[in-house]
Amino acid sequence: MVNNPAGGEPAIRVRDLRIERGGRAVIDGLDVDVPAGSVVGLLGPSGSGKTTLMRAVVGVQDRVTGTVDVLGLPAGAPELRRRVGYVTQAASVYTDLTVAQNLGYFAALAGVAPTRRRDTVGRVVAEVDLGGHEKQVVATLSGGERSRVSLAAALVGDPELLVLDEPTVGLDPVLRRDLWALFRELSRTGRTLLVSSHVMDEATQCDRLLLMRAGGLVADLTPEELMQQTGAPDAERAFLALIDRSAGATEGTAR
Amino acid sequence: MNLTLATAGRVLDQLRADHRTIALVLVLPCLLIGLIAWMFDGTPVLDQFGPMLVGLFPLIVMFLVTSVATLRERQSGTLERLMTTPVRKGDFVAGYALAFATLALFQSLVVVGFATLVGMDVAGPLGLVIVVALLDAVLGCCLGLAASALARSEFQAVQMMPAILFPQLITCGLLMPRDEMPQVLEWLSRVFPLTYAIEAMQGLAAGDQWVDIRGAVGVIALFIVGAVALGVLTLPRRTP
Ligand SMILES: Nc1ncnc2c1ncn2[C@@H]1O[C@H](COP(=O)(O)OP(=O)(O)O)[C@@H](O)[C@H]1O
Ligand SMILES: [Mg+2]
Repeated sequence: MVNNPAGGEPAIRVRDLRIERGGRAVIDGLDVDVPAGSVVGLLGPSGSGKTTLMRAVVGVQDRVTGTVDVLGLPAGAPELRRRVGYVTQAASVYTDLTVAQNLGYFAALAGVAPTRRRDTVGRVVAEVDLGGHEKQVVATLSGGERSRVSLAAALVGDPELLVLDEPTVGLDPVLRRDLWALFRELSRTGRTLLVSSHVMDEATQCDRLLLMRAGGLVADLTPEELMQQTGAPDAERAFLALIDRSAGATEGTAR
Repeated sequence: MNLTLATAGRVLDQLRADHRTIALVLVLPCLLIGLIAWMFDGTPVLDQFGPMLVGLFPLIVMFLVTSVATLRERQSGTLERLMTTPVRKGDFVAGYALAFATLALFQSLVVVGFATLVGMDVAGPLGLVIVVALLDAVLGCCLGLAASALARSEFQAVQMMPAILFPQLITCGLLMPRDEMPQVLEWLSRVFPLTYAIEAMQGLAAGDQWVDIRGAVGVIALFIVGAVALGVLTLPRRTP
């Protein structure tokens, strides 16, 4: 089931994807589209293959067969590295450097001119609400602050596509709300965001939802459709209902 | 090129933040040289072996420091992230080599200066001793970079030093003149870079000039280029 309501070229187009990790197929026969200019939530229980799919999209996953096209190019194409920003699940910044040193380095890598780097760092620090921490060494930041530095490091290059692996884990509700407002704002100005999460109440913030289970796609729908189809009172229970339904279905066909 | 410099600058920033490592890199070889100078006070041992030690310490220290630094980068996830940015693998390796070469330059200046201070008399030009010591340190860096590709854990990374450097130390001519070794070991020593580093330093200790050691220096330079290439080749963009 592939849904592309907006029409036009999707930002990410996955066909017949198969990924082997540790000798077994972690993802097998996945077809999915991420429409351009939208916020798409990638939801699923831990171990369902969210990180693996994202790694394939940004071109660092080995043993990938099938098609993964990103912004019209094959995933991992060198031209994409300026246009795609990736935030890994665990914060991946240099803990022995300050916030500003980290962001300055990633800005340099993203091709931001030296004269504009200070402004760029200032902009992303404000976007992730880390004002006042610029001179602080990352190792001394709290977990939530650290993951926001990691997010900021992907924003310095102002990429067209952002692939964010559980960016709001461990953040308090206020910060989560602010970050989702930032994601919405980024998509309003034309960026595409693929955001994974296992916090289901965040689902309502997305334009579309991709629900994964055991390396396969369980559903590709809007938050409204999710609630309608399951009749559940909230996103978390709707999600559980869909997961249970799909688990029952696979057991049924296995018989 | 810009991204190489940005990477070198970032690695130097990391080093600058780590005062203790800088102190160890600069002071430790001096302490060891001082120990030998004291032990063999009044004999020509320091004149004879000083230049070799001055070349050897930076190589070993830089090997360890670089292999641990790159392993850390692999394990912290920053390398995975870098692979999704425009930085090329060559920028990454060259950036590391450049940053550590800068540290190595300070190290060789300090170590050679200290050795001279405690009585090392080199028959050949002292400037060349510094150049060879610097090249040795860069070689150590590049070998460390390539070796870290083989290591999956800190335990393994630390073992790479005895695995890769000790065979070279044993056959380089320091323990036994190479022409007295069994034929096969002598052949083996010729394919190891450390042999040429020691050869150049031995020559300088005995009064060699640039024309006498340029062959050995050329071989060291070739090994540096080879180790950088190996470091680039063993850096996978896609991992399982
Ligand atoms: N490096 C690896 N080697 C082997 N198997 C792995 C590796 N990384 C993840 N896996 C397996 O792949 C599956 C999907 O993992 P992952 O994509 O990280 O899930 P999620 O991000 O949804 O929690 C899991 O079953 C996990 O055990
Ligand atoms: Mg994950």
